[in-house]
Amino acid sequence: MNNAPNTLDVAEEAAALAEHQPVIVRRTRVERAWRELRKAPLTAWFGIIVIVLYVLTAFFAPLIAPYSETELVGGPFDPWSDVNLLGTDQLGRDMFSRLIYAARNTMGIAVLTTALSFTVGGLLGLLAAVLRGWVDQIVSRIVDVMMSIPQLIFCLVLLSFLGTSVLNLVLIIGILDSTRVFRLTRAVATNVAVLDFVEASKLQGEGLLWVMTREILPNILPPLVAEFGLRFCFVFLTVSALSFLGLGIQPPSADWGSMVKDNATLISFGDPTPLLPAGAIALLTVAVNFVVDWFLHKSSGLKE
Amino acid sequence: MAVIDAVRPAGPAPKPRGKGDVLLEIRGLRIEGQSDEKWTEIVKGVDLTLRRGEVLGLIGESGAGKSTIGLAAMAYARPGCRISAGTIMFDGKDLAQADDVEKRRVWGAKIAYVAQSAAASFNPAHRLIEQYAEMPLIHGLTAPEECRREAVDLYRRLRLPEPETIGFRYPHQVSGGQLQRAMTAMAMSCRPDLIVFDEPTTALDVTTQIEVLAAIKDIVRQFDTAAIYITHDLAVVAQMADRIMVLRYGEVVEEAPTRQMLASPQQAYTKSLWAVRSLRKDESRGDDMLLRVDHVDAGYGGGLMVLKDVSIAVPRGRTVAVVGESGSGKSTLARVITGLLPPLKGEVIYDGKPLPPALKHRSKDLLRRMQMIYQMPDTALNPRRRVHDILGRPLTHQLGLRGAERQRRIRELLEMIEMDERFLDRLPSELSGGQKQRICIARSLAVNPDLIICDEVTSALDQIVAEEILKLLLRLQRELKVSYLYITHDLATVKAIADEIVVMYQGRVVQKGGKTEVLTPPHHDYTEKLLSSVPEMDPDWLDGVLARRRVPA
Repeated sequence: MNNAPNTLDVAEEAAALAEHQPVIVRRTRVERAWRELRKAPLTAWFGIIVIVLYVLTAFFAPLIAPYSETELVGGPFDPWSDVNLLGTDQLGRDMFSRLIYAARNTMGIAVLTTALSFTVGGLLGLLAAVLRGWVDQIVSRIVDVMMSIPQLIFCLVLLSFLGTSVLNLVLIIGILDSTRVFRLTRAVATNVAVLDFVEASKLQGEGLLWVMTREILPNILPPLVAEFGLRFCFVFLTVSALSFLGLGIQPPSADWGSMVKDNATLISFGDPTPLLPAGAIALLTVAVNFVVDWFLHKSSGLKE
Repeated sequence: MAVIDAVRPAGPAPKPRGKGDVLLEIRGLRIEGQSDEKWTEIVKGVDLTLRRGEVLGLIGESGAGKSTIGLAAMAYARPGCRISAGTIMFDGKDLAQADDVEKRRVWGAKIAYVAQSAAASFNPAHRLIEQYAEMPLIHGLTAPEECRREAVDLYRRLRLPEPETIGFRYPHQVSGGQLQRAMTAMAMSCRPDLIVFDEPTTALDVTTQIEVLAAIKDIVRQFDTAAIYITHDLAVVAQMADRIMVLRYGEVVEEAPTRQMLASPQQAYTKSLWAVRSLRKDESRGDDMLLRVDHVDAGYGGGLMVLKDVSIAVPRGRTVAVVGESGSGKSTLARVITGLLPPLKGEVIYDGKPLPPALKHRSKDLLRRMQMIYQMPDTALNPRRRVHDILGRPLTHQLGLRGAERQRRIRELLEMIEMDERFLDRLPSELSGGQKQRICIARSLAVNPDLIICDEVTSALDQIVAEEILKLLLRLQRELKVSYLYITHDLATVKAIADEIVVMYQGRVVQKGGKTEVLTPPHHDYTEKLLSSVPEMDPDWLDGVLARRRVPA
């Protein structure tokens, strides 16, 4: 903290210079966002385009896919052809169609789960950081207990206990993941919560919600966004792992994780088809992290 | 404990060298800084000559490029900056053209650097003496044993307590002033030809500053080292430098020997710098008490008492200054008044009625009437909110203003602090230090308070900017009849702004009264020490004070 005046000198010098420059026109939020986007590097653009394509695919799956998700259209493991673009799977369903429908299931679950874990974990983390005292103690200890049980096993136990539905899957993974988000949020928010501007807003009589969401949250966004990129990808892994163990997304619904597992036999015959769903996961992961990196770079003021 | 002249040295004899030879010659130095992917020139063609054994003072307001030039003397550019033109001839070699290997050979060994914040510059994981020894050992100048002996010798010359053992402490185990001296010792470790001091005493309070200044001045004389002394404090530079260079917007305004510069500055800008210290306000007392703190005891957990039986009163429309060195309980007093720290005993009476001790029991209107301005404008403004939102929020929240009415008030506030609407969309990081503090002032004024608590509001700013802020505060007081409780360790500011003074020492009020009363002798012992530690513009001041009193180790 003591070093602040020193490191800020460059910015101050620039600000001192800026005073001599002509009037700057006011910009709206949209204009500012557009300006930022235009300056975005190629990787970020690549990430954005890929994500948009994935989302469109998920939305318009029934329009794009030639067959339905569950329809049997040929024999098992048919090769690539004009009829079945990417061949068929172990039961004779169209691989290409399932790949497209899986975008819905896999991404839908991943987005919902991550959103849930960040809402729950983020809110509790902020609350603990602002209120401290017994609220912090109670929530932190509960989280400690939950984190002391290995996550996958905990998931298995809860899923077999509560039954395997998509809703349960989202709730369980979301809440278990939120413990990690809570720890991160609490740690970074505690650092911000002691700064003068937070005290100043308390002295103005601002309520708890305002202090949490307007004063602290924007300042801890960069680490949270980075964590979001990671968590989003981990959820794929967890769902795939659970599907592999038979407790994930239930057949006949398609998801990329179980598609890899179901068709893995083909790999030993030199057929790359089972790698396509894996590739779909990989591409999305890379795209999400490109966007996250760009945001991080921009908001943390990191420059080469 | 020693009278300063007694330390004057046997010690290792300085290397034989021609005194008065040119050591450093900078010609046409240009440095660019990057902001928003654009390169802007921040140093615009500076020439500088430094002879062996000479101390050159660089002064100017923040953003003048002082530190950048100081670092460039070592051919170093901070990340985000680059040296775009010019030659830096050091000891016959052009460092601007030198590669990294060559530069590293010079850094530490021939040119050393003392940073503003010693606390942030020491590695907290290593003992002081290990960090001292690093440079001489890397450059292969001495054996480890000899190096330790030299360190102890230097610690003794810098009048550090327990010189034999202090080196074996970790940085967090010594005080700020001691750390700054340890850093000076470190810079001296290779007996460099040139030391760059970058505001070494700015972060210290006056009573500590004087010790560090005396130590630095002494050691530089003893070893006959050339130095570049960067500061924004004119009185300090007057003590330290043989020659002064005034900078503004990355250009040299004026350069002259210290005495000549002090006696007859030529340029209008330099004159305005000199005039800054003459701000005075006539004392006026009042009987209508707005705030009264009655026999308050306060402390943090663990039975540690920070305030003991403190009573003060703030009259309506007047300024009461609370003075004392760091750790005297000034800021704790502010926390008690604002309700952040409920007192253990005693009460706070506001406008005739006792204040609820805890913040959460105070009504919104009470909170509105009492505002606070902080020491560090960098942390007092939310870095993610724009000026428009920072000023607009209290208007909506406290006064319920919306839409056009809110816009009008925001503009009015900006006008009050002498800024305008082109700042509306800026983030705090896009403002200079002084502008940030102005925004803080505007935020506190937004809701028409009766009392503003100012916690060291100018100590993070350089003198010219600080002066403008003080003038602004005075003008606002005249216009709005607001009361200030002004917390500071800087007596020069107190002279400028206060009506009444409260002197605090170790959590107690040691003296209080009208400004003239407190500032005229006879003083309380502690008040006397504080007063005599404030640097004056006379270049002989430091030697005079030191001769008059023994410097505490």
